[in-house]
Amino acid sequence: MSRYFTDEHEWVEVEGDTATVGITDYAQEQLGDIVFVEVPEVGAELGQGDDAAVVESVKAASDVYAAVSGEVIEVNEALEDEPGLVNSSAEEDGWFFRLTLSDKEELADLMDEKAYKAFVDGL
Amino acid sequence: MSENTQNLKQLPLGDWHRGLGARMVPFAGYEMPVQYEGVMAEHIWTRTEAGLFDVSHMGQLQLIGEGAADALERITPGNLSALAPGKIRYTLLLAEDGGILDDLMVTNTGHHLYLVVNGATKHDDIAYMRAQLPESITLNHLEDAALLALQGPKAAAALARLGIDPAEPDWPLPTDLYFMEAGSFLWRGIPLGISRSGYTGEDGFEISVPAEYAETLAAALVELDEVHPIGLGARDSLRLEAGLPLYGHDVTAETLPVEANLSFALSKVRREEGNFAGAARVLAQYPDKAGRKRVGLFVDGRQPVREGAVVIDADGKTIGKVTSGGFSPTLQRPIAMAYVPINLSESGTAITIEQRGKKIACTVADMPFVQHHYYRKSKP
Repeated sequence: MSRYFTDEHEWVEVEGDTATVGITDYAQEQLGDIVFVEVPEVGAELGQGDDAAVVESVKAASDVYAAVSGEVIEVNEALEDEPGLVNSSAEEDGWFFRLTLSDKEELADLMDEKAYKAFVDGL
Repeated sequence: MSENTQNLKQLPLGDWHRGLGARMVPFAGYEMPVQYEGVMAEHIWTRTEAGLFDVSHMGQLQLIGEGAADALERITPGNLSALAPGKIRYTLLLAEDGGILDDLMVTNTGHHLYLVVNGATKHDDIAYMRAQLPESITLNHLEDAALLALQGPKAAAALARLGIDPAEPDWPLPTDLYFMEAGSFLWRGIPLGISRSGYTGEDGFEISVPAEYAETLAAALVELDEVHPIGLGARDSLRLEAGLPLYGHDVTAETLPVEANLSFALSKVRREEGNFAGAARVLAQYPDKAGRKRVGLFVDGRQPVREGAVVIDADGKTIGKVTSGGFSPTLQRPIAMAYVPINLSESGTAITIEQRGKKIACTVADMPFVQHHYYRKSKP
């Protein structure tokens, strides 16, 4: 099991052919109080860089892009009633969706935890 | 996050905000605090306790000279010549075609008019007024004054504890003022101009203070347990709940007062006189002849609609637009302001909004969304 990060502040946890996607703690901190998350539909085919989800804070809406391509197999239903999970547990309980990876080579474009930390420290 | 902050001007309290842990963002050409502990918490604090807002980006102007009110009436639809000393009026700066160039507060201080205009428009406002007003009227831009707003149900109690004296012994205290009244005061020898006004829908005060003393005053206020510093984020959600338009978004040079649902700013005398800039075009819509109107919307579900989303009809044709939208912390649901065709502007009318290709059901709602709590003189 390994975790990857993007420069759009998403995390991707890979286990076999399955990836779980969410936004990082840094991202939730920047967005502030999250009041709604629009997740993709189960069965949606996402290409790398496609719009995958929308996070709404009190003030603004932010797009979440698909860090990797694949078919959405599960979404976090808990976010419907409790979008604040993204604030309280961005990198665990506040995950957005799971997909079956269609091209594992795309993972090579992403950062590991150390590289992401250095990226955030440089902002 | 990567916005260029190189050319931003600094406000007198910039470092003070940073010291309190504020996140600073560019706004109206300045670096300003958007939030401290979080928009939701700050919003609710202001509705239940007292919030301190730095609104020093706004333009504070003086119009000095005999006939200043009459002269300003040429470009505003308010009955300013009848404004008694110590009273404040909300009015609109109108272009020659009646379009709204800004919304502003005008106070008769007794010896001049004191104006508070929006930060993003202040330089244009000044240029327009200088061109429109006779040379006998002096316009001063008070660039060395900061402006603080103290808002919320505990604002008056907090201000009372600061120990502010009237500028003259027999004048009233700040807490003796009613909504839309103002006066001159002294605090530790520092001159303050205080108005009982604000833009949150709560009781509260706006305090003009010389920039060099702004930090002393702000620090003394947040030292009080009931006062927290509040950022621009909550200022926006508070004014939205209060149904108050934000210039540049809900009201622009392309909107006329009646369609903007600001007919209350067209005073009766001035409507009858019909002698302000753009009067013919403005009054042609009065009282109910505008083709569209700014209304409030309750949004179904939990997802907010935002500025730029469109109102569509049954065929999917665009018939209006959302000008402000967000999540109401008080009501715990999304709310918005939009321009809709007049036949769809009645409270309770079902409206469809399209946002990012998705249709969202809304209902026209009475504004304010959250009741105002102004401190008014109760009628005997």
